[in-house]
Amino acid sequence: MPYKLNVNGREHSLDVDGQMPLLWAVREFVGLTGTKFGCGMAQCGACTVHIDGEPVRSCMTPVSAAAGRTVTTIEGATDRVAEAVRKAWVDLQVPQCGYCQSGQIMSAVALLRRNGKPTDEDIDAAMQGNLCRCGTYLRIRKAIRMAAESI
Amino acid sequence: MTPPLSRRRFLAWAGITGTGFVLGIDTGCKPKPKVAALPEAKEWFSFTPYLSIGDNGVVTIYNTKPEIGQGVWQSIPSLVCEELEVPLDMVNIRHTGGEKKFGDMQFAGGSFSVRSSYHELRKVGAAAKEMLIGAAAAQWQVPETECEAENAMVVHKPSGRKLGYGALASAAAKRPVPEKPVLKDPSKFKLLGKPVPRPDIPSKIDGTALFGIDAKTDGMVYASVEHGPVPGAKLLSLDDTEALKMKGVVGVHRCTRIIQKYRFDAVAVVADSYWTALQARKKLSLKWDNRGYDSFDTSAYEEKLRALASKPGITEKPTGDFDRSYASAPVKVEAFYETPMVSHSPIEPMNALAKWDASGKLEIWASTQVPREIVKSFSKEYGLSEDDIKVNVMFNGGGFGRRLYPDHVHEAVQLSKAVGRPVKVIWTREDDTRQGPFRPMTFSAMKGGLDNEGRPVALQHKVIAPSLSAADDATFKNTKEDGSMTEGLNDQKYEIPNLKNPYVFADLHIPIAAWRAVTSTTLAFAHECFIDELAVKAGRDPMEYRLSLAKKGSDLHRILTKLKEVSGWDKPLPSGSGRGVAQYEFFAGHAGFVVAVSTKGTGVKIDKVWGVIDMGTVVNPDTVKAQVEGAVAMALTAATKNGIRFEKGQTVQSNYHDNPIVRIHEMPEVEVHILADGGEAIKGAGEPGLPPFAPALCNAIHAATGKRIRKLPFNMDGV
Repeated sequence: MPYKLNVNGREHSLDVDGQMPLLWAVREFVGLTGTKFGCGMAQCGACTVHIDGEPVRSCMTPVSAAAGRTVTTIEGATDRVAEAVRKAWVDLQVPQCGYCQSGQIMSAVALLRRNGKPTDEDIDAAMQGNLCRCGTYLRIRKAIRMAAESI
Repeated sequence: MTPPLSRRRFLAWAGITGTGFVLGIDTGCKPKPKVAALPEAKEWFSFTPYLSIGDNGVVTIYNTKPEIGQGVWQSIPSLVCEELEVPLDMVNIRHTGGEKKFGDMQFAGGSFSVRSSYHELRKVGAAAKEMLIGAAAAQWQVPETECEAENAMVVHKPSGRKLGYGALASAAAKRPVPEKPVLKDPSKFKLLGKPVPRPDIPSKIDGTALFGIDAKTDGMVYASVEHGPVPGAKLLSLDDTEALKMKGVVGVHRCTRIIQKYRFDAVAVVADSYWTALQARKKLSLKWDNRGYDSFDTSAYEEKLRALASKPGITEKPTGDFDRSYASAPVKVEAFYETPMVSHSPIEPMNALAKWDASGKLEIWASTQVPREIVKSFSKEYGLSEDDIKVNVMFNGGGFGRRLYPDHVHEAVQLSKAVGRPVKVIWTREDDTRQGPFRPMTFSAMKGGLDNEGRPVALQHKVIAPSLSAADDATFKNTKEDGSMTEGLNDQKYEIPNLKNPYVFADLHIPIAAWRAVTSTTLAFAHECFIDELAVKAGRDPMEYRLSLAKKGSDLHRILTKLKEVSGWDKPLPSGSGRGVAQYEFFAGHAGFVVAVSTKGTGVKIDKVWGVIDMGTVVNPDTVKAQVEGAVAMALTAATKNGIRFEKGQTVQSNYHDNPIVRIHEMPEVEVHILADGGEAIKGAGEPGLPPFAPALCNAIHAATGKRIRKLPFNMDGV
C-alpha cells in the first residue's frame, strides 16, 4: 500500500516499506537530496526536517509515521524566518564543508519560529542535537542571533 | 563583509555580453542567496588547461583542489580572477578529475592548496589578460599600452571603446602565451587578501550543493558493505540465501577493501534502494577467521608502548650532544605523555558511485581529497588506461584526512564491475567508526636539562608509536627512522643547544592514517606541555620563558608576542583562573594559542581562546579565521572525548553516541588574529590551528589548578 506524503507542498505517493526511514524516502524516492545522512540514530541532526512544523530526525522516523502529514525539507523552507536565517548564514559565512548545514538551518528555523528572541542558552539547547565536524558552532550561534534581530 | 552575490554587477555584465538568461529574483525585500546558473557558451577557448573563456564571455576555471570545507571554491579561482580582472560571480568553477594534464597536485591535503597555487595561478590569469588586451589592441589598431582590462572587458582608455572578453576570446586564445606576464601590485588587489564571500555557500544553505552521497546516474543501484569484525579478518564462508530472498535485492558480492598496504575481505549487498541493501545485509550469514587479530586490546597495547620507552629508538638529525649535556645538567626534568587513537568522523559517511562500462570505461563520482591518486592507482589496479577513468569530484562533506584514502571507492568500482550496473556504496556511521583508518596514538618520553639559571640546555622528545609509513608501505623497514612520526619536532625554533628526537617503532595491524595536522596533533601536546614544565621548574612565567628562547624577529617570536598582546597575558587573573600558551611549527604552517580557563565545580571551563596564525600572505582572512575556529572544535574533541579503543580485536566505539564530538554548548569563544607580513613564503591555514590547542588548554589548567595533564583524553568536568 503506497504511503501518501506531502513534501514541500506537493503530494507524493510512495510505494515503499513503511519502516523505511523518511530520510531515504525523501532522498531516493522523492528525489530531494538536501536532507543528509550522517549517523542513522538521531545523534548528528544532519537529517533534520520539519513534520507539521516540528523539527524531527528523518533518519529515525519511519515513512509510515510521516504519512498524511506535512513534511518540509531544506528545499522547501522558504518562509520569512528561513530566508532570514539563510541571509545571516551568508553574511557570516557560516558553512565550511556544508554537509551538516541543511540540518543546522532546519533546527535554527524551528527555534526562531517558536522563540523570536533566543538567548545563547536557548540557542545551545535547541542546536545541541546538530553536530558540525568542521566546527562552525561560533558562527551558527552568531547567525541565529543576527537572524532573530532581523525578523 | 562584502554582500553575498553582487547581483547588480552580474546583470550588468550579462547585458554587455548580450546573453539572455533568467535569474530567479526573489520578490521579497531580503536578498535570496541563490546560485545563478551562468549562460552556456557555444564555443570555448582555452587559455592553459586551467582557464577557458566562452564566446559569450563566461569564464570557466578548473579547480585542482577538492573543496572539503577549507574554502578553495573561493581562494583558488580568486588567484586567476584577480589578475584576469573578472569578478568571482561571473565564473563557472569546475573540480578537475585527476586528468594527467592538470598534474599531480590535484589533491587537498597538507594545507597546500593556496600556497602551491598562489604564484602559478596568478600567472595564468595575468597571461590570459595580456592575450585579451593584445587581441583588442590589434582589432582597434592601437598600442597595447593604451588598453586596460577591467570587469571582464578590455577598455581603450583614450577613446573609451570597450570589448567584452567573449568577443575577444577567439582571437586572444590564438596569440602567443606571454612567458613572463606582469603581475598586479598587491596594493591594487580587489579579491586577494580580502574577506570575499565563498561562491559555494549559497548552494550549501538551500540543499542544492551536491556531495558525493548525492551523485546520481541512470540505472544506479545501492550497496551496503559488511567488513570483518576485526581488521585482518578473513572471510571463511558466506550464506546469502535469506538476503537474496528479499524483494529489491540485486545481488550479494564479495569485494576487497583496499586501503594503504592492506587488502581486507568484504561482502556487499546490492539492492534497488539503500534501505533494502541495509536490511538485506542483516540477513547475511558470514563466518570470519579472526585468528591473530582477536586478542588485540588497547590497554595492553598502551602497556607495550610504555615498555618500549626504554628502547633507544632511532634518532635522525640530532643537534649538539643531548646525552652529555643532559648528564651534566644541574637540574633534570622527566615526564611521560600519552595520547589516544581518534577517528576522522566527517559527517558525510564514506560513499562513492562507480559505473564500470562494458566497453572498459570507468566513471566515478566521489567526495575525495585525491582525484589524481585515484586515476593513477585505479588505472594500475584495474588494468585501465588513465584516459578511460573519469572522476567527478563532488563537494566533500568533510575531509580531515579521511578522504585521502579511497577504500570505499574501490568497493564501488569492484561492485559495479560485478553487477554490470552503476553502484553507489554508502557506509553506515558504524562502518566508518569501526573500520577506521584512525589517527595513531603517540607516547612521548620527555627529558629536559636546565642550567643554574633555569635555561634549557638539553631536550629529548622520544616518540613511541606505530608508524604511518609502515601502514602505507609494506616494504617499510622499521630499522629506519620514520619522519612522519617525529613530525615537526625538528622545526621547533626554541634556542636549545642540545636536542634529540628518537623514534621507537611499535608494530600495529590496524589501518592508521593522516588525520588533520597528522602527528603534530599529538606531539605538540607533549612538546609544548613539557616546555611549560621546564618553565615552572625554572620558576619563570611560561610566556616570558618561551620568548626568552625565541630569536627576536623570528616567526616564533612574532607569534608569541602577538599572543601576549591580544590575550592581555600580563593582566592578573583571579584565583582559580589561569592562562596557558602553546605554539607549534610543522610542515603545514605555524600557529599558537592562549587559552584562559577557570575552575567550575570539580572541573574547568574555557573562558576564552585567542589564536594567532602566521600566514606570510593571506588570500582570504575570513576563511583562515574559520579554519582556526574549526580547528579549536576538532582539537577540543580530540583532547576531551574518549577517542577510539579496541577490545578483543574489535573497535569499542560505533557511532556519535559513544564516539562523541564537541557540540555547540561546549564550543568556547575564539578570537583569531592573522599575521600576514607578505613575502614569498606562504603558510597553510587548514591544519596549523590543531596542534597547539590541547597543550595551551592543559597549560592553562595547570596555571589554574596546579594539575598537570599528561594523558589525553581527559575529562573537563573532573580535572
